Amino acid sequence: MAIKHLHTPLTGDDLAGLKAGDSVRISGVIYTARDAAHKKLAALIAEGKPLPLDLKGQVIYYVGPCPAKPGRVIGSAGPTTSGRMDRYTPLMLEQGMKACIGKGLRSAAVKEALQKHRAVYLAAVGGAGALLSKRVLESEVIAYPELGAEAIRRLRVEDFPATVINDIYGNDLYEQGVRAYAREEKQSPEID
Amino acid sequence: MEAIPLRQVEAPAITALVAEMCREANIYPGDEVAEALKKALTREESPAGREALRQLIENLEIARREQLPLCQDTGFAVFFVEWGQEVHLTGGSLQDAINEGVRRGYREGCLRKSVVADPLHRVNTGDNTPAVIHTALVPGDRIKITFAPKGGGSENMSALKMLRPSDGVEGVVDFVVRCVREAGPNPCPPIVVGVGLGGTFEQVAVIAKKALLRPLGRSHPDPYYAALEQKMLEKVNELGIGPQGFGGRITALAVHIETFPAHIASLPVAVNLNCHAARHAERIL
Repeated sequence: MAIKHLHTPLTGDDLAGLKAGDSVRISGVIYTARDAAHKKLAALIAEGKPLPLDLKGQVIYYVGPCPAKPGRVIGSAGPTTSGRMDRYTPLMLEQGMKACIGKGLRSAAVKEALQKHRAVYLAAVGGAGALLSKRVLESEVIAYPELGAEAIRRLRVEDFPATVINDIYGNDLYEQGVRAYAREEKQSPEID
Repeated sequence: MEAIPLRQVEAPAITALVAEMCREANIYPGDEVAEALKKALTREESPAGREALRQLIENLEIARREQLPLCQDTGFAVFFVEWGQEVHLTGGSLQDAINEGVRRGYREGCLRKSVVADPLHRVNTGDNTPAVIHTALVPGDRIKITFAPKGGGSENMSALKMLRPSDGVEGVVDFVVRCVREAGPNPCPPIVVGVGLGGTFEQVAVIAKKALLRPLGRSHPDPYYAALEQKMLEKVNELGIGPQGFGGRITALAVHIETFPAHIASLPVAVNLNCHAARHAERIL
């Protein structure tokens, strides 16, 4: 499997070259934000106020890291479940965000917005927090320090590993993967 | 009648033990987890799934070598306490002693504080307390404390249903498989599936959680349930979700079932999902 190297901020050419299922390594600056930070950013957007960061071309990583041990940059820092950010993601895309990193399913509205804004959704390996923390070279809280683990941090990462889930062409690795490997005949109805 | 002397245990001893368990369980989940992942890697066919498994195996090695929490979600602190009824606790309450241990363990271990004081107001308590404590009074003069930190991602995909007795074993299997399918990539597969069967509404959830405490590689002692666990595991792995939901053969490492007698009208089933690392630590005092 070929690995594609990406440098942030991302360009249109970078995104055009990505397909669902690709393995990528990200280097450069990325920003952390999860539930509470998204809520605050969305409130600022609704009020027409400036954001504490410029999202154009940027990558948001859904993570709430552990506190750093003495002498370390950051504590364990794996992805959190992205679906909780679905409500806010189209807004972030309108602000120019070009990629988000998390894990797990996205809503139809998010997938549509990704295609519309020519942006991608990437997954890092959930549960690999210790490994992923070692790809973070610098970490600085840039907004909402009162949120603790949920504060917005600017991270400088090197060869941060992720997998493309949704590319700009409308492909979805979660759907493709199940189609390729499922051994079942029929789907049961949803849990009621 | 002569009084039986009670064994005395000091609350600070419980606190120290709990702090130690919090650090330990969050760093290393046990050799059986690494073994199960390595076995999964030999069976996984999907390239993206294999890459995810390799990262999880390397992650366990890094966490252990560098004494880092294996995952940033160091969980809600859940305890199962079996308290020998001949033991008298001095110097404070059990609840306070455990919470103080959590406070200390999470601070000293650089573990994430993931608890908000109120489900709707959502302000972080700052020290990962309060813990969830399940206490059982048992015969004897020993204390057994089990700590199982529970991450939110997999907990959120758990489900409970009061089936009808006529739904039978097929209904149970169907519910478990549907729950795993709908969870998809969210609970960080490969997962461990804890299944509670029987009891009441609240009891079935507790035994589903207890099912996750069983070390990987051990089947249910009753051959009927051991076979049912195997059948459910096969069905779950036919879903094709694969490691991290990237597609593949290994969606779950194990299915563990715990049962309890049921009401004549009820067949409660609870599915408590966990990521690959069903973290726990145990101490006997």
